[in-house]
Amino acid sequence: MHLILPKKIHISPPLFLTTPAYLWLTLTIFLPLTAMLFFSFLSEAPFGNRDPYLTLENYVSFFQKDFYQDLTWRSLRLGLEVTILCFLIGFPCALVLTRHTSNRWREALFILVILPFWSNALVRIFSWTMILRGKGIIELILNWMNPEYGSFSMMFSHPAILLGLVHSYLPYMILTCYVSLQAIDETLIEAARSLGAGRMMILWKLIIPLSFPGISAGTVLIFVPVVGSFMEPRILGGSEGTFIGTIIEDQFVKVFNWPLGAALSFIMLALVMVILLVAYSISKKWT
Amino acid sequence: MQDNGSVSSTLENIIGTQMNSLFKHATNVDLYSEPINIIHGDTMKKFLKELWLKSIIAFLAVFILIPQVVFSEEIRVLNWKGYGTDEKWAVDIFSSETGIKVVHDYFNSEQEMMTKLRTTPGYYDVVLINSAFTKQVQSEGLISLINSNKINNYSDLSPGMAKNPSLANNGNVYGVAWVWGVTSFAVDSTVFNNLPDTIEVLWDPKYKGKVSVRDDAVEIIQLTAIATGQDINNPSNLDIIREKLIKLKPQIRTYWSSEDQWNQFFSADEFDIATYWSGSASRSKTAFKLPVEFIIPKEGAIGWLDGLSIATDAPNRSGAHKFIDWMIDPKFYVKWDTDVGAPASANAKANSMLPASAFNRAVLGNPVKVSKVQFMGPMPDGLREKMLEIWQEVKAM
Repeated sequence: MHLILPKKIHISPPLFLTTPAYLWLTLTIFLPLTAMLFFSFLSEAPFGNRDPYLTLENYVSFFQKDFYQDLTWRSLRLGLEVTILCFLIGFPCALVLTRHTSNRWREALFILVILPFWSNALVRIFSWTMILRGKGIIELILNWMNPEYGSFSMMFSHPAILLGLVHSYLPYMILTCYVSLQAIDETLIEAARSLGAGRMMILWKLIIPLSFPGISAGTVLIFVPVVGSFMEPRILGGSEGTFIGTIIEDQFVKVFNWPLGAALSFIMLALVMVILLVAYSISKKWT
Repeated sequence: MQDNGSVSSTLENIIGTQMNSLFKHATNVDLYSEPINIIHGDTMKKFLKELWLKSIIAFLAVFILIPQVVFSEEIRVLNWKGYGTDEKWAVDIFSSETGIKVVHDYFNSEQEMMTKLRTTPGYYDVVLINSAFTKQVQSEGLISLINSNKINNYSDLSPGMAKNPSLANNGNVYGVAWVWGVTSFAVDSTVFNNLPDTIEVLWDPKYKGKVSVRDDAVEIIQLTAIATGQDINNPSNLDIIREKLIKLKPQIRTYWSSEDQWNQFFSADEFDIATYWSGSASRSKTAFKLPVEFIIPKEGAIGWLDGLSIATDAPNRSGAHKFIDWMIDPKFYVKWDTDVGAPASANAKANSMLPASAFNRAVLGNPVKVSKVQFMGPMPDGLREKMLEIWQEVKAM
């Protein structure tokens, strides 16, 4: 393809064609992020009759106060817990979907997997509160089965947060695993079987390594948002629900220290990127 | 509102004509002589197209014209949700008397209120400000001078409240004293046979996991200052407060942030004791029929005075004055407190019109009870930041 452009400007067609996409990225992601990066170096949010000055204070305070670091570790652990739970539940689901269901059943099951996506996340979490809270649905059922059961409440606990988050993010793991499991050539498995490999052997040596791209995509899609999650921990976690995400949210909506919130967000962004890079290089060696 | 009848009848006429012409069009198609499939052809398409267009016009007419014609004026109020100004009956009375429509927006913390004023200047008319914050808001130029002569009920306000140095200095009124009350805690009266008289009950191991506090650094630290015998506006030893709060953490089941949430958690039996505001407690009791008892402990409680102010560059200043006048009117207040539940009024005349048994007259009118109350004053930014830091640290434990 040859493009006729003013003589002095020579733009190669690929660059020319991708320009709109980059412009769009600049406009929607880069500019707001840059604004936030700038905010993170200010002494206070520049609204009203206030004159903010440039400072590193917000970043320094993260390293000075132990509790920010504690919260960061707690958030990373939460991300890990949710990702592992999603894998343990989601991978077998995807396996069953690809290998043990036929067309019509598969479609029906797919709809069941995707269905939660059609409702608002906040609505989903609030419906969990109806189930888990005192005088909620679980308590009603337990008391219906055994009138002497008494009260039951799972609200405001760590398991409640895990439940809400796993429920919200499980479809990502199922869908990504499904895509890569489906791409596995059936004849490979037949060959393994004919050479005497058992079920476990096939799973460990064949299926899991071959579906690794799907598993890792699901892991990234779940781990990154869960580390910064704030809505689920706040609603389901009560006094157990303080994480770095909720502290950042507090800075933006409650105490209006936008600069500190922005600084904490960028520190988390850097941390998550480092973790993903390390995980990427390890997995490259492994496969 | 008087216009309402004529407007809706004009609209009926408009819609009526539309409908007539639609039907005329429909009857032009001779159903009997033409084969049926022609109706599904061009005529039907055209008919449907026209139906669409006309129903959209009618829809827009109903939803855009009515509010504009009936209310030529509006005022925008910024307040906590469910805090008096947005009572439907009160707004209806005000609108029918003045023809001014009242639009509400809400905040969940003083910081949020200030941010809304800072980021959208010239949008709000009336804003509710806790008097402890009025000076700061005024110094940032976010609120404007009020003409108290335009507010007929202003002269009935208790002088102590009206002339509170945070609201008015040297006759310059920046906030009209509205209601006042106490922040302390409330208990589930079905759990407590004998109501507690001490704030230490929040730390009682018997109620471990049955306590809730509002997720607000200043409020919880001021209550802890009371528990440790310190001045709420200038606590002398923040370390003692931090230690005491660390001991409170395991007692807490969850934090609350709005009155709605408080009532929900209470109904679900999630807590037996929770920090609360006196006005909200009376609403939980009166309007929601919950077994809530508000306690003023022997150690004391936090007192606050809420004022109504007018934002700088308010689009409707005269409407704002009228609305504030209605808000401090005894007619509004007595109905609010008896039917819904309210804090104590800053209008002495209004308070004296309450039944003698009412909490706001019996308890808050009792000088012995009130003598223990420490009123919130202005606070330097540095102290506020320190409080935030302590509370964040305790929450992160």
